[in-house]
Amino acid sequence: MSDYALNPHYAADDVAKEPIRAGFGRGLRAAGEVNDQIVALCADLTDSTQMSLFKEKFPNRFVEIGVAEQNLVTVASGMARMGKIPFTSSYAAFSPGRNWEQIRTTICLNDQPVKIVGSHAGTSVGPDGATHQMLEDIALMRVLPNMVVIAPGDAIEAEKVTRAIAENGKPTYLRLAREKTPIYSTEHSPFEIGKAYILRSGSDVSLLGTGAMTYQLLMLSRILEEKGISAEVVHVPTIKPIDEQTILDSVRRTGRVVTAEEAQIAGGFGGAIAELLSEKLPAPLKRLGIHDRFGESGTPDELADFFKLTAITMQDEVEQFINHVPQYRPGY
Amino acid sequence: MGDLTRTELKHKVSAVREDIIRMLEAAGSGHSAGPLGLAEVVTTLYFDIMNLRPSQPNWSDRDLFFLSNGHCVPVQYAAMAERGYFDKEELMTLRKFGSRLQGHPERTKLPGLENTSGPLGSGLSQAAGVAYTLQYIDAQPHRFVYVVTGDGELNEGNIWEAAMFAGKYKLSQLVVFIDRNNIQIDGNTEDVMPLEDLAGKWKSFGWHVQEIDGHNIESIQDAASQARATTNRPSVIIAHTIPGKGVDFMEYDYHWHGVAPNHEQAKNALRKLRTLDGKIRHEGEGV
Repeated sequence: MSDYALNPHYAADDVAKEPIRAGFGRGLRAAGEVNDQIVALCADLTDSTQMSLFKEKFPNRFVEIGVAEQNLVTVASGMARMGKIPFTSSYAAFSPGRNWEQIRTTICLNDQPVKIVGSHAGTSVGPDGATHQMLEDIALMRVLPNMVVIAPGDAIEAEKVTRAIAENGKPTYLRLAREKTPIYSTEHSPFEIGKAYILRSGSDVSLLGTGAMTYQLLMLSRILEEKGISAEVVHVPTIKPIDEQTILDSVRRTGRVVTAEEAQIAGGFGGAIAELLSEKLPAPLKRLGIHDRFGESGTPDELADFFKLTAITMQDEVEQFINHVPQYRPGY
Repeated sequence: MGDLTRTELKHKVSAVREDIIRMLEAAGSGHSAGPLGLAEVVTTLYFDIMNLRPSQPNWSDRDLFFLSNGHCVPVQYAAMAERGYFDKEELMTLRKFGSRLQGHPERTKLPGLENTSGPLGSGLSQAAGVAYTLQYIDAQPHRFVYVVTGDGELNEGNIWEAAMFAGKYKLSQLVVFIDRNNIQIDGNTEDVMPLEDLAGKWKSFGWHVQEIDGHNIESIQDAASQARATTNRPSVIIAHTIPGKGVDFMEYDYHWHGVAPNHEQAKNALRKLRTLDGKIRHEGEGV
């Protein structure tokens, strides 16, 4: 039932890995080649956010803003008034972490197609600690009218996402992770804004992932398979607008839902799914992610284990959920 | 540039002030002092300084105006209506349900507005984005972007981020008027959060600084000319104004910052505003 072109080696121990933001860097440069209205603004993190690729190619369309995130997005809003398509980048903790009101007023209410690119989102920024581990960004951006919110799953998809949002004409938040992330998609895998994709078909549970968590769910589905549990893996890169149909169709088949995100489940991706299900299809839901607390220093692997954001560390909780909670069947 | 005489410009200013009072009375809420104090600056911008085509609000060669202190928008609406962007009757819909004239300006609602503002401190940086584009990307040296900010607004950090940015890039097509009326909601600016040495602050950020009487049309025109002729720095014009200017019971009183006149007060205010100039004009026009 799934015709998604998965990387045939995705489950191998030596699966290729790349930071998701690297795909953004390539995508922005490619978008800049086809559209000369694209400009890039950065707040003193040009290499970290991979905007350097665009800067090298189009120095005249790159603006260094310095460490001033409020200025970053408002200067971009002004440039959008002049017909430009501005991409702004910083760490997600600072943009959209610090400049939410400017994004709300001068970009969303003002309906300008400024792109907010938040890199180093989630816990994977590791040793930097809680201050830099942005976990609330999905909630902050998702609640804004006019805003599109996307968290790509790997570097290949990030490149496609970047090229797509360059042309969508809307305020858009692009959430990027720092760590090297396994490549599970291919050049042939589809990406369209607002679409969710079934990566593996199953009948016992829908595993909904966004960002890098999708890969962990793919691996989890293989572990569950060995235990006789048939899991459907759904990748949801676009958190807003959410693909209600693909998600609800999947849940109608499976009757149970697990969500996974490297973010606060409250108001985040899990929150979005909870809202959808409670109104349209109230199937049992288990939300994996960060539960109302901040991160802390540690290696990315230590933190992923501690917060149970890996296939191995998720499995007990998911298995228990599947074994103890009956499937929802509409019409009961 | 406009071709009105100073006397004609003065008449436009008087008409704008009267409209501010009428629209605020009709709205029943809103800000009185700031818009009245800005009447000369904003009217002179719309009628004399800026290159505009009211029938083509998005004309590709226009100058741009960014009102950074969005609560003063009645003066902008009044000047726009007077200039012919829309019918003056629409002014009476200010702040009402379904109106294009929102309580704080919204670009997507009304053609001719360049930005959406209200939360303070962000209009200057948006205008800086425009100025950067004009100077470095689109290379249109004949176009200018004008900004009006309040003085209380200068408490905002975003302002100084923008001041640094414009200074670094020497955004010479950026011209900022600061409405230096010395009041903000909680009292006098120098009590709430002192701004002085204000000129020195902007100079130190690399700006060309002028100080003028913000009620003197000739000074406003001259300062704008000087600003446009300054090709190696952004320009700021500190326009000293009287909050509530023209209505004696509002002048200098910070309590009128965020209050609209009731019917009696509006009647009195209009009487105060009908100066000798106004009478001559009205008689001359047979009104």
